[in-house]
Amino acid sequence: MTRPPSLSSASSPDDLYSLRRRPLLDRLLDRGFRTLTMLLAGLVATLLLGILITVFSGAREAIASFGLGFLTSSGWDPVNNTYGAFTAIYGTLVSSLLALVLAVPLGVGTAIFITEDIIPRPAREAIGLMVELLAAIPSVVLGLWAIFVMEPALRPALQLLHRLLGWFPLFSSQPQGPGMAPAILILVVMILPIITAISRDALLQVPIELRLGAYGVGTTRWGAIFNIILPAAISAIIGGVMLALGRAMGETMAVTMIIGNSLNFSPSLLAPGNTISSMLANQFGEADGIQVSALMYAALILMVLTFTVNVAAQWIVRRLSLRY
Amino acid sequence: MLPNGLYGDLVFVIEIPSVLLLLMSLQPPTVQLTSPHFDRGSLEFNPSLLRNRFNSLSTTIAGLFATIAVLPLLLVLVYVLIKGGSLITPSLFTQLPPAPGLEGGGIGNAMVGTVVVTLIASLLAIPIGVGGGIYLSEYNRQGRFAQLVRFANDVLAGVPSIISGVFVYGLIVATRIFFGQSYSAVAGGIALAVLMLPTVIKTTDEGLKLVPQELRWGAYGVGASQVVTILRVVLPAALTPIATGIVLAIARAAGETAPLIFTALFSQFWPEGLFNPIASMSVLIYNFAIMPYAPQNQLAWAASFVLVLMILAANLLARWITRLSRR
Repeated sequence: MTRPPSLSSASSPDDLYSLRRRPLLDRLLDRGFRTLTMLLAGLVATLLLGILITVFSGAREAIASFGLGFLTSSGWDPVNNTYGAFTAIYGTLVSSLLALVLAVPLGVGTAIFITEDIIPRPAREAIGLMVELLAAIPSVVLGLWAIFVMEPALRPALQLLHRLLGWFPLFSSQPQGPGMAPAILILVVMILPIITAISRDALLQVPIELRLGAYGVGTTRWGAIFNIILPAAISAIIGGVMLALGRAMGETMAVTMIIGNSLNFSPSLLAPGNTISSMLANQFGEADGIQVSALMYAALILMVLTFTVNVAAQWIVRRLSLRY
Repeated sequence: MLPNGLYGDLVFVIEIPSVLLLLMSLQPPTVQLTSPHFDRGSLEFNPSLLRNRFNSLSTTIAGLFATIAVLPLLLVLVYVLIKGGSLITPSLFTQLPPAPGLEGGGIGNAMVGTVVVTLIASLLAIPIGVGGGIYLSEYNRQGRFAQLVRFANDVLAGVPSIISGVFVYGLIVATRIFFGQSYSAVAGGIALAVLMLPTVIKTTDEGLKLVPQELRWGAYGVGASQVVTILRVVLPAALTPIATGIVLAIARAAGETAPLIFTALFSQFWPEGLFNPIASMSVLIYNFAIMPYAPQNQLAWAASFVLVLMILAANLLARWITRLSRR
């Protein structure tokens, strides 16, 4: 914090407590350390700017030649050097939104289960710990598991889905291994810990008086949860959900390993697909010329998407928060 | 509490009424609600009421959701431990990965590589992050510049990890800034540092804010300069939360793959210096998992086993550090 006021000007020379000016070295050190830490803090802002500038300048060539049509055209053809990112953008949005739809009830439900005194405290803490450790498992290990364990186990169920609901565009293709559906499920696993952790913190911060009041007027446990506790915590929960959405959009490795990386557009969830991040992971190493620029353009779109979602999350938390 | 020797008798005397109370409580006075307008049944729990049925149904659903949420961790852990654990041999740690399709070999170079790249990232991110955190908490808590840095830090924390790789590719790999080398261990380390930085700054900032103001006043009071106060009093007082955050950031960086695949690349050989491509366990898992050869897939499971154990150990260490400070 700020330095205490200097006493040297206020004291008379023969005062017992008179202070000489501090030695030059001392003052220089103080000043120097302050400047150093300021530069280090400034580096973060510079870094963010640097990322934007680097990605933007890399994408300039592609922006010039493809323009906004890049967003709506679905042909990604490295042989003829024509690029459109619609397939990847569609994949990113659909996979992350559907993952969110599945993960929000699971995450919030789990958070309620481990905050509302339904089961004994040790069991609650054990579940909380396990969900947190799930967040620590590297994405690439989840991808490995998805390839060799989850997807083969899931395939009969997906085939059944196709047989029963094949007339519906989302399930219109025969599942053959990697595809959008397993990618969505692995995304659910990856964002579940964020939603659970943030919802749990939000629920724990609801003042005890609100609960006591609710129980005092004779409501049931779930009456209190749905009418009092969830509304009181909703802003933080929505903020957490938005953060999870941002994470899902940018998630790379597990998705790349299981989504099939198809450059052809298909509306079906059972067909192989692509996301912006999986396209980057897959092609960046071998790309050259304008393909690199097109990939940078796609990266820029991904940055804009995640930036919007994250800033919206912060805004929601600040604007919607209930004042008790 | 009364000391037993001195007031032993007194304690005995006090004991009696509580025994009486206990006896009384065995036969509680019953209140008869005999008013014709009062239905006693409404005070008893009636499970068939709609609200109670809804209540127990909701509890069951929440329990089911919690079970589903825990299931993936258990399944992943079980498979990694069984499939990976059975492949652990001494040669795994000392040998190079085999050529595609061939048996045997190990992941020695990838383990060394992961340590090297994570170390580079830590050496960059920890001093910068702790320094920046000190500035935010100790020099400029509310100022405009500090708000800007905090905002930038939050945005940076939300930047997808692959973007960090794209950034370093554009800045370092494509421009061949280091001695004309393109892919290198240093480039990979920088990409990981970009990911670690927001966590380190945030935990330092928050940790320092928890240090009581009296500690700083005390240090100034005995004549310490501000640098000395921060480095010798405030920072040590906040060591626990900062160390926890740093351990978690390192654990996360060690498992990251996306920023490395086109910055550090991969190598079939032992590390050849900091400015050459280097292997890492996470990239090895990715490369070998998508290969159509069973021996390579097996190595990917083995590497996952080692990586997951390392990361879980780091997480438990961080938890232990936090618990240690609560005593």
